[in-house]
Formats: sequence, C-alpha cells, structure tokens
Amino acid sequence: MKLTSLTLALSLAGTAALAGEVAPKAVQFGESGEVAASLTGVAGDAANGAIVAGSKSKGNCVACHQVSALADVPFHGEIGPSLDGAGDRWTVEELRGLIANAKMTFEGTMMPAFYKVEGFIRPGDAYTGEAGAEPLPPILTAQEIEDVVAFLATLKEE
Amino acid sequence: MNKKAITAIAAVLALPMAAGAGPDDDKLVVNEDIEMITKAAAPAHVADVLDEVMSGWHFRSDETQALQMDDFENPAMVFVDQAQEAWDTADGSKGKSCASCHGDVAESMAGVRAVYPKWNEEAGEVRTLNMQINDCRENQMGAEKWKYSGGDMAAMEALISVQSRGLPVNVAIDGPVQATWEKGKELYYTRTGQLELSCANCHEDNYGNMIRADHLSQGQINGFPVYRLKNTKLNTAHARFKGCVRDTRAETYKPGSAEFVALELYVASRGNGLSVEAPSVRN
Ligand code: HEC
Ligand code: HEC
Ligand code: HEC
Repeated sequence: MKLTSLTLALSLAGTAALAGEVAPKAVQFGESGEVAASLTGVAGDAANGAIVAGSKSKGNCVACHQVSALADVPFHGEIGPSLDGAGDRWTVEELRGLIANAKMTFEGTMMPAFYKVEGFIRPGDAYTGEAGAEPLPPILTAQEIEDVVAFLATLKEE
Repeated sequence: MNKKAITAIAAVLALPMAAGAGPDDDKLVVNEDIEMITKAAAPAHVADVLDEVMSGWHFRSDETQALQMDDFENPAMVFVDQAQEAWDTADGSKGKSCASCHGDVAESMAGVRAVYPKWNEEAGEVRTLNMQINDCRENQMGAEKWKYSGGDMAAMEALISVQSRGLPVNVAIDGPVQATWEKGKELYYTRTGQLELSCANCHEDNYGNMIRADHLSQGQINGFPVYRLKNTKLNTAHARFKGCVRDTRAETYKPGSAEFVALELYVASRGNGLSVEAPSVRN
C-alpha cells in the first residue's frame, strides 16, 4: 500500500468528536469480542489509520507489532504477531473490537485497550506519572479507531 | 479461546527473531579481573516462571557493554570518586564523616550491597541501602538527608556497591522480610495504568523481544545504580521503577515509598545468584 496524501491525513487527525459517536462505555462487544457497529458512522480513512498505527503519540502499534506496510516507520516491535495479512484473518467487526479492547478477544492479552476509559489500577494522566481522574480520555478517538480498522483491512497477504 | 486466537498465537511463535535479538553469550569480566556471573539458574522462588536469570548487560549493544568492562571507560566511575571524597568528608552537627565510623570503605562495606534490601532489627523495618545511608546521615552525623534518588545518594550507593562487585546477590526473602517480599511480588504482577501492563508483561513474558526500539531485558537490578548514556548520570533502581510505571500511563509511586522498597526487595531477589555489577552502563 502506498501512503500518499499523508500530510492531508495528518491535518484531519485532530478534528473534534462528532455527534452520534458511540461513547467508550456504550460499545457493544459480541461473543468473540467483535464490535458490529461503526463507532462513528463515518467510513475509516486508511491513510490516516496508517499514521495513527505508526506514531508513538497515537496508536504506537509498531511498538509491539511488525507491519510491512509501515516499513518507513523505524523500529517495529516483536511483542505481538506481525499484522501483515490481518485483513485476511479478521473481519472489520473483529478488528474494531480488537482495537477498542483486545481483552474481549484475547483474555488477559498484553495488548492495551485503546477505547477504554475506566476500571484501571492507578490511572495516570497520560505519560506524566501524575494521577489521572477516571474516566480518562481514550487513547484513540472513535474516528482514529475506525481509521486504523480501515488501514488493517488493507493488509492482505497477496 | 476461539480459533483465531490460536492462529494468532501460532503467528507469535512463528515470528522469526530479528537479527541480534535475545540475550547474547558474551562474558563480562571487569578490568580483566572481576569475573561477573551474568547468567545463573533461577532461584527457587522464581523457578516456576524463569529457567535462567540474566543481567541486563546481555541485552545491550557491544559498544555499551564495552564501557562497563573497564573502569577507565566506565562513565559512572567519576561519581564513585566523588562519593569517595564524600565518604571522607565530615558533615552535619556531629562533625563526623562516614569514615569516622566505618573506616576504609573497601573493608567495612565489602559484601554489604549483595544482601540489601535487608531487615533492620532495631528499626523493625526493611531497609534499602539508600535508607540506611540516610539513617546514618541523619542519626549518626546530624546531617541533612540526601534526596532518595538524587546524585549524592546514587553516587554513595555506587561506591558502596563497588565493594561487592562480583559477589552474588543474596537477599533474604523469608523471616521478618517475608510480608514485604510478598507485597513486592504482588506489585510486580499488578497491571497498572491505562495500558494495563505489569513488570512481568515486559520483563518476564517478553525479555529478549524488542518493544519498539528497546531490547527488553529481565529488568534485573544487580547493576544498580546504573549510568545511562541517555541522561548521562547515575540512576537508582527506584528512579527506573518510576519510569517504567509511568510508561504504563499510570500514577507512579515515589522513590523511597513503601511500595518501591517492597518492589526493590522482590526484584533484587529475582536476581539472587547474579553478581553485583554496579555501577553498570546502559543506554
Ligand atoms: C503492548 C503491546 C501491544 C500494542 C501496543 C498493540 N498490540 Fe496488538 N497485539 C498484541 C499482542 C500480544 C497480541 C496477540 C494477542 C494475544 O495476546 O494472544 C496482539 C494482537 C493483535 C491483533 C490480532 C493478531 C493478528 O492476527 O493480526 C491485531 C489485529 C492487533 N493486535 C492490532 C493492533 C493495533 C492496530 C494496535 C495499535 C492501535 C496494536 N495492536 C497495539 C500486543 C500489542
Ligand atoms: C557515628 C557513626 C556513624 C557514621 C558517621 C556513619 N555510620 Fe553508617 N553505620 C553506623 C552504625 C552504628 C551502623 C549499624 C547500624 C545498624 O545495624 O542498625 C551503620 C551501618 C551502616 C551501613 C549498613 C552496613 C551493613 O552491613 O548493613 C551502611 C551501608 C552505612 N552505615 C553507611 C554509612 C555512610 C554512607 C555514612 C556516611 C554518609 C555513614 N554510614 C556514617 C554508624 C555510622
Ligand atoms: C511497557 C514495558 C515495560 C513495563 C511494563 C516495565 N518495564 Fe522496565 N523496562 C522497559 C524497557 C523498554 C527497559 C529498557 C530496556 C531493558 O533494560 O529492559 C526497562 C528497563 C528496566 C530496568 C533496568 C534494567 C537494567 O539492566 O538496566 C529495570 C530494573 C526495570 N525495567 C524494572 C521494571 C519494573 C520493576 C517494572 C514494574 C514496576 C517494569 N520495569 C515495568 C519496559 C518496561
């Protein structure tokens, strides 16, 4: 996949939450951790999803996963499986659930929940080390999650 | 567990190790003299989760490793020299220096680092080396306490640790310290912060793996205090703990807190059998 229009995508990344968004506490997970409904009703932007997945201050997925499509981003981790082919292995609904809260799919997984806001032990204020008040802001916004889902859906083996 | 979970796990297992991943097999001999035990059979109390315990030295680059092999190259040694001066300098209302009571540090402090944190009968508490140093400053010298993780403290801790280099860490975990050790163990396995990660997630389940640009070690503290090239100073174990807890997007504990004292005892005990290496060098 070619990551064109990266700058355009970046400028859109900070846009405010839209009305009609599914709030973190309202997300409905299915039997195996999937989330059927879009969190925003707005189609995900795969190019922005790639940026979110690769940047340290956002999803930082590459901290734990190798992703060939993000070869431009330095240093991919080895904690989780390679995400190559994730779009073959998982449906969009499953991917949405995996990113919102991977513990609903893989019990006890090390993968953090990106759309969870309370129920933490010693919740902090981002990376300051100071206390944070629950509900915390989710690590990713609803639209960023949709964008990452769209990006992952493009990761096909062939 | 569903089928896909199993596939994903198979994918983890099938993932080829990147070149250079995992601990290396180099030997650590300091000053061509002190042979360090950097890999040892796991002590009984962690044998259910680890086969072997390993120094963080094995997970660093050859260049970083080399800095620790010769005291003339080791940037931490300046601080050891500074602490030697402090050792001999009177301070506080009683006009005493450490040397006034303890004489030659090489004799009086030989073997001390290897058994800390340990129980202090009189005070009825588990004491880290830093707590003991401050106790002497306050009560024996009538001097101001040093900041728990500050430069003076880290340097003195390094000077005292140097006198035990090569000796195996051997902290007690039973008797009066047992409750503290249990508390430390619980903290080690508690998944904190918005990322819900425990020490064990990174340092037990994933040592040898890369987490972004960092090569995860077992998070042992036999090398502490540690000189980090990143901040060009000596870092105490509690400062490192604080950084790691912060990185889980959690509210940290304070250096010197009861929690970190317990955690230090527990983490130290996971390295029983490894040589005292302090002051070691890390990136
Ligand atoms: C701290 C580590 C960590 C981070 C950060 C992380 N993951 Fe994961 N992820 C894992 C682990 C470990 C697994 C394997 C699941 C398990 O526990 O069995 C996993 C599994 C997955 C899977 C399913 C595996 C497959 O077959 O492809 C997907 C998809 C995934 N992660 C996507 C992401 C995305 C997207 C992000 C960032 C928004 C992310 N992960 C961030 C650790 C992480
Ligand atoms: C006036 C005497 C005195 C001075 C000055 C003094 N200490 Fe001590 N120190 C003691 C005594 C007494 C003990 C034993 C305390 C105990 O076991 O409760 C001790 C114990 C220690 C121990 C623990 C040794 C062990 O085997 O567990 C260390 C480490 C230590 N001192 C370091 C220092 C340092 C560093 C300084 C200077 C900053 C210093 N002391 C200054 C009297 C002194
Ligand atoms: C998100 C991952 C992560 C978590 C969780 C984590 N650490 Fe670390 N830790 C690291 C990384 C990365 C390093 C630097 C590389 C290395 O030495 O492992 C490190 C380094 C260390 C070191 C220095 C080791 C050395 O040889 O210099 C110690 C000690 C340590 N961690 C202890 C802990 C303790 C105790 C906890 C729990 C309170 C903890 N860590 C939680 C990632 C983590």
